[in-house]
Amino acid sequence: MAVTGQPADDPIGRLLRELTPQVLGTVVRRFRDFAAAEDAMQEASLAAAVEWLREGLPDNPRAWLTQVAFRRMADHIRSESARRRRESQVAGAAAQTPEAAALAPVPEEDDTLILLFMCCHPALTPATAIALTLRAVGGLTTAQIAHAFLVPEATMAQRISRAKQTIKNSGVPFELPTAEERARRLRAVLHILYLIFNEGYTSSTGPDLRRGDLSHEAMRLTRIVHHLQPNDPEVAGLLALMLLTDARRLARTGAGGEGIPLAQQDRALWDRQQIAEGVALISATLPKGAVGPYQLQAAIAAVHDEAVRFADTDWPQILALYDLLRRMTDNPMVALNHAIAAAMVHGPAKGLELLDALKADTRLADHHRWDAVRAHLLELAGDLQGALSHYRAAAGKTASLPERHYLLTQAARLSTCDS
Amino acid sequence: MKYILMMTGTKADCDSYFKWSKKDLQASVAFMRAFSKELKDSGTFVASEGLGFPDQAKIVRAGDDGLPVTDGVFPEAKEFLMGYWIVDVESPEQAYAIAARLSAAPGPGGIQGMQPIEVRQIMTSAPAEWQ
Repeated sequence: MAVTGQPADDPIGRLLRELTPQVLGTVVRRFRDFAAAEDAMQEASLAAAVEWLREGLPDNPRAWLTQVAFRRMADHIRSESARRRRESQVAGAAAQTPEAAALAPVPEEDDTLILLFMCCHPALTPATAIALTLRAVGGLTTAQIAHAFLVPEATMAQRISRAKQTIKNSGVPFELPTAEERARRLRAVLHILYLIFNEGYTSSTGPDLRRGDLSHEAMRLTRIVHHLQPNDPEVAGLLALMLLTDARRLARTGAGGEGIPLAQQDRALWDRQQIAEGVALISATLPKGAVGPYQLQAAIAAVHDEAVRFADTDWPQILALYDLLRRMTDNPMVALNHAIAAAMVHGPAKGLELLDALKADTRLADHHRWDAVRAHLLELAGDLQGALSHYRAAAGKTASLPERHYLLTQAARLSTCDS
Repeated sequence: MKYILMMTGTKADCDSYFKWSKKDLQASVAFMRAFSKELKDSGTFVASEGLGFPDQAKIVRAGDDGLPVTDGVFPEAKEFLMGYWIVDVESPEQAYAIAARLSAAPGPGGIQGMQPIEVRQIMTSAPAEWQ
């Protein structure tokens, strides 16, 4: 994992990141203080990284980490209660004396799911939930997360500590939510994992290569959730969606970091093995019945990935899937993609008609993507002048440099034809 | 999403700054310190710099030989960048709210300046997502 600048084959880093949620779960269970336990966990990980590199791996790395984290917690509680004896809630809240708690045997349960529910708590904003999840469950350091999001480390540290404060104030108990609540909270977890994936996936180019690792981290965490909840079809759907989308990573940007649209990608660069895994997963999941938005998006990605050439794309099937997806979500980007699929099946006039109707959606009316799609469909319809002006309008609105470059290039291509 | 908040002023604005009272200057510095701390504590701070006064500003162009040709004469009405803050926020509205706080910084006589703050989004390097 190279979010760090560490080599991807760094075995100690990998092991630490695997153990982080398990050990942290144990520490939180023992001491009932998530915020302090999370700090203790970071310190224990840092100690392990140094110690294991020098002395080699201990016989039982998980027990080693747990003991060090326990000792840090015990130290923390002692100093807290000494300093603020009259309001020593932390020590009061602990089930046992710090010494006894630190020495008690370590249970083997896996609290990763509880941790994820906590880190993706609806009281947190997406940006803070993302940061907290990457640290507490992903085992990344604050510096690594700050690096990935291109903000100073102090800013990321503040964001994480505020997130922990919010959780503390909300008084969420460290346990699985009730059965009724669990489905809703699992959706929140999947949403955060999806955002982490996108954060990495949409910026996996050139100087930001390290950010691409965020999508691998999102896939690793989603795999863990899938392992813990193998029968949830939306978890499987999200994992399949990530695999099938990430499979195109190498083909989707050119040498200069410019985006390459699906139609022009060199499909020989797609990761066939990952596509096979994603297709198998979504194929096994869809027949289970409870179809949700992630499964549908994965199914759409699978149809794209299975087309040998762009011209072979099974657009009627994609349109049918978008029809279903539109009924499940009012995401405006889904509506735009639906219009494109309709244009590919029924001709650009149909797509443009749907697009006109979408202009009433305030989320799209001033969105560059609406203009970009309109430009594309107008070009398909042969209205090059209209296409040119909408490519330019889209270029003026996007906040992405590579996308602006792409849209201006499209406009330049048309204006050359014109003259 | 990241935004840059730019504080601008004319040369006349800067000249008047030299005539501020000690109390006004102290109030201004105290405000800027508190503002900066607030951004840092809220986890939105990315970067901030103040720039030198416009009387030291130069416009540089390459001459025919590629060497720099400088010019220091500016129209009186020219707006100069005085300083900037870069913040990482979750919505444009949050950036506007921070800019409004900055605009209300105390000026001479303790009166809020209500200076215009130019707010611009910083482009990302995320390529387009074409499905």
